[in-house]
Amino acid sequence: MENDKNISRRRFLKTLGAASATITATSLIGCSNENEGQAPTTGSTGEMTYRTNRHTGDRVSLLGFGMMRLPSLSGRSAREGNDGIDQEMVNQMVDYALEHGVNYFDTSPAYCQGMSETATGIALSRHPRDKYFIATKLSNFAKSTWPREKSIEMYHNSLKALQVDYIDYMLLHSVGNGGMEEFENRYIKNGILEFLLEERTAGRIRNLGFSFHGDIAVFDNLLAQNDKYKWDFVQIQMNYIDWENAKDINERNANAKYLYDELEKRNIQAIIMEPLLGGRLSNLPNNIMARLKQRDAEKSVASWAFRFAGTYSNVLTVLSGMTRMEHLQDNLNTYSPLQPLSEDDITFLQETATLMLQYPTIPCNDCKYCMPCPYGIDIPAILLHYNKCLNEGNVIANPQNDKYQEARRIYLIGYDRSVPKLRQASHCIGCNQCSPHCPQRINIPNELHRIDAYVEQLKQNIEYS
Amino acid sequence: MLKKIRLTLAILFFAAIILLFLDFTGSIHALFGWMAKIQFLPALLALNVGVVVALVVLTLVLGRIYCSVICPLGVMQDVISWINSRKKNKRRRFSYSPAKNWLRYSVLALFAIALIAGVTSIAALIAPYSAFGRIANNLFAPIYGWGNNILAYFAERADSYAFYQTDVWLKSLPTLIIAVITFLVIATLAWRNGRTYCNTICPVGTVLGFLSKYSLFKLHIDANKCRSCSLCSKQCKASCIDFKNHTIDYSRCVDCMNCIDSCEFGAIYYGRSPKKKVNVATKNTTDTARRTFIISTVATAATATLNAQEKTVDGGLAVIQDKKASHRHTHLEPPGALSLKHFAQHCTACQLCVSVCPNGVLRPSTDLTRLMQPEMSYERGYCRPECNKCSQVCPAGAITPITVADKSATHIGHAVWISKNCIPLTDGQECGNCARHCPAGAIIMVPSDSSNPDSPKIPIINEERCIGCGACENLCPARPFSAIYVEGHEVHHEQ
Repeated sequence: MENDKNISRRRFLKTLGAASATITATSLIGCSNENEGQAPTTGSTGEMTYRTNRHTGDRVSLLGFGMMRLPSLSGRSAREGNDGIDQEMVNQMVDYALEHGVNYFDTSPAYCQGMSETATGIALSRHPRDKYFIATKLSNFAKSTWPREKSIEMYHNSLKALQVDYIDYMLLHSVGNGGMEEFENRYIKNGILEFLLEERTAGRIRNLGFSFHGDIAVFDNLLAQNDKYKWDFVQIQMNYIDWENAKDINERNANAKYLYDELEKRNIQAIIMEPLLGGRLSNLPNNIMARLKQRDAEKSVASWAFRFAGTYSNVLTVLSGMTRMEHLQDNLNTYSPLQPLSEDDITFLQETATLMLQYPTIPCNDCKYCMPCPYGIDIPAILLHYNKCLNEGNVIANPQNDKYQEARRIYLIGYDRSVPKLRQASHCIGCNQCSPHCPQRINIPNELHRIDAYVEQLKQNIEYS
Repeated sequence: MLKKIRLTLAILFFAAIILLFLDFTGSIHALFGWMAKIQFLPALLALNVGVVVALVVLTLVLGRIYCSVICPLGVMQDVISWINSRKKNKRRRFSYSPAKNWLRYSVLALFAIALIAGVTSIAALIAPYSAFGRIANNLFAPIYGWGNNILAYFAERADSYAFYQTDVWLKSLPTLIIAVITFLVIATLAWRNGRTYCNTICPVGTVLGFLSKYSLFKLHIDANKCRSCSLCSKQCKASCIDFKNHTIDYSRCVDCMNCIDSCEFGAIYYGRSPKKKVNVATKNTTDTARRTFIISTVATAATATLNAQEKTVDGGLAVIQDKKASHRHTHLEPPGALSLKHFAQHCTACQLCVSVCPNGVLRPSTDLTRLMQPEMSYERGYCRPECNKCSQVCPAGAITPITVADKSATHIGHAVWISKNCIPLTDGQECGNCARHCPAGAIIMVPSDSSNPDSPKIPIINEERCIGCGACENLCPARPFSAIYVEGHEVHHEQ
């Protein structure tokens, strides 16, 4: 089995070369001369950087394709609205990714309103099974899926939807939310973890791990039991903001440095999620964007975040939820091959993180775990509009400010454009069914009521300003 | 020359007044709002003595130029008639016909009785400004709104904030139907015979026509120059020139001055009256049958409250049911209306306030006794604290001007709680959205079981504080019927 997975690069490139004959993308991987020869596992140029899984020997591309933000028919991410996934576009992007060396695809039964696995299955089944690694999760968040047979049914559905008979990387999805108690309910009391361990022994799960958000006690507990469970990998949120400043954003959060160091200590490889904070690290306030561009005008703002995550050698792969082809192309540029950051670069990003913390943006990564709100509120759209206006300097509370009138108009008109009236914050009743789902542990009703109060203030100030 | 002056002024007035109805931002009103206020009937109902006297004096001096310049319905008919006149064989399609005075005066009498009796819906059917407002609001405004939305669509894509989307919605089907019929009837009459409506039905036209018989300046035919060629009669859209007898029916002449240019012999002039007697003749007219379509839009539907479902996947949006209007025993009129009675007696149903209401609150009533007069409902929005647009635009004094500060202290109704719809009781979810948004602080959340402080919290209403703005009703999560709604007050009061 392990030999099957250990594709030789030569063989891989051969297949790839044949397949990409008609694709004019060579220019995209043509940053060959810039290689500084520091990439830990690849010495060649213009090719994807790979990391080796120390348990199975898998050669995993440093860029992992996150299937959470797949494009929908209306061109936005398929987690929004209620229109279906643009399968043709998904196929095209998956083909392109494979052709350019990406071989890790991460999905979940919960993603894209439950349609992600099927879409991933359709796209990947058009390729030989030994050309890609599939990661999916046991996303038994809802109480109705806690009983053993329901969870097993979810696992079997994943195999069916993905059209495979084994899973390369299986994750306990987002452990930590709800603390140890919920973890016990979801995985221990119903014997599901035991079941998954058996499946690993049987070879139907090649690697078993978990993704972590929330209560650090769960993380520490699971690592303490590593001898028992033998985690093959752990998926953590890591980026240059969360590295040392996660606690500044929300004191209940854990710094990524702590998570990473704990894993490295135990020789468990890390898979990185939210390297870009749902796009928050590519869409920066202008002065910070300028800072990054001044350091290297030719690199995209997003590339800094990806290089940061890739620089750490205990990282197996870095996931990116790519909605558009441009995202994929930019990320391929960054990792083909990876140019690790220097010490200077890392210090520079740490300073950047400090600057960013001065902007009181809401740490929403648009993952949509909170959705759908049973009362129809479009939570991420409201938070993102607020963040966008904040970053652009258009959140101004003082009517005496010269820019107040213009900022007010931009905020209010933009609000109606981004969020239909009936889905705006004024309709949030504060039932708080959303917050427990939030991996960033945002107190969502509080934020919505705060934004609503701000909007109300803007609306009423019309006469007095 | 005189015709050109008349045309220029008419176009200016018409364009400005139509903009009043189209401009949903309300910013045009600062400039041209007065044009609505000098309309005859609104001024009369507003007891705006200055304007009424000025219009009477104007007519006594210059004749019915009000009908040719100030009245938007009159100008609209001219436009329609002019379009038809551009066809070669239709240019000279008019001919003299005697006035049908019995019809004019009986319509005027009926109109007066309706006004005095307070059946304003009948008055609104025939009054010119009301008819125009109805047409502009129901037929032209949606087109303008859609046009704006197309621009807003592109503006959004160009990252511009110059335009924003506006809601175009059917405010009242009966009113729309009446507007369509009004437009078709008036347009057909104008297309064929010019000013038929003005000279047979319009009550304002009849009053001003009576006055203009005695006006100082009039059009005259110089019998010495006239060769009885009939060109003037054939181009008179008011059908009031009897070229054979060299006389003009001044009660119907709207001083459009078209005849002056039509005469090739310079026989027609505008000036002081020579000492001569005027013959008033009678004429045939088409009897315009008006039918009132009343469609009861009684919305009956099962009370299906939105139930919170367990979430199993990520993303997507829950379906939101549309709200349905609560049944109010006493209807709601906006702050400034003083009382339902005052409002009903003054409102000309011109729809101007409906056009400018930015919150989707005002819409024409479907109630027979108040047909087309606006009323409030809160399923699309609520009467927001910073807005007093309707009171600024009302030309008839039905909604008297009110400041934003006074408005927040004016009680137009009070909220009523309906326990069977309330989310904390039906869904077991914490809510309090009504209390959170009440601008008057009139709602307090208390445990539903007074002996158990942890029981679901329900709203209690301090009716003394409630101003009836409808924030609670509009923002209540219960759908389609809110768990809290506003009952109107017969007489509005402060504090």
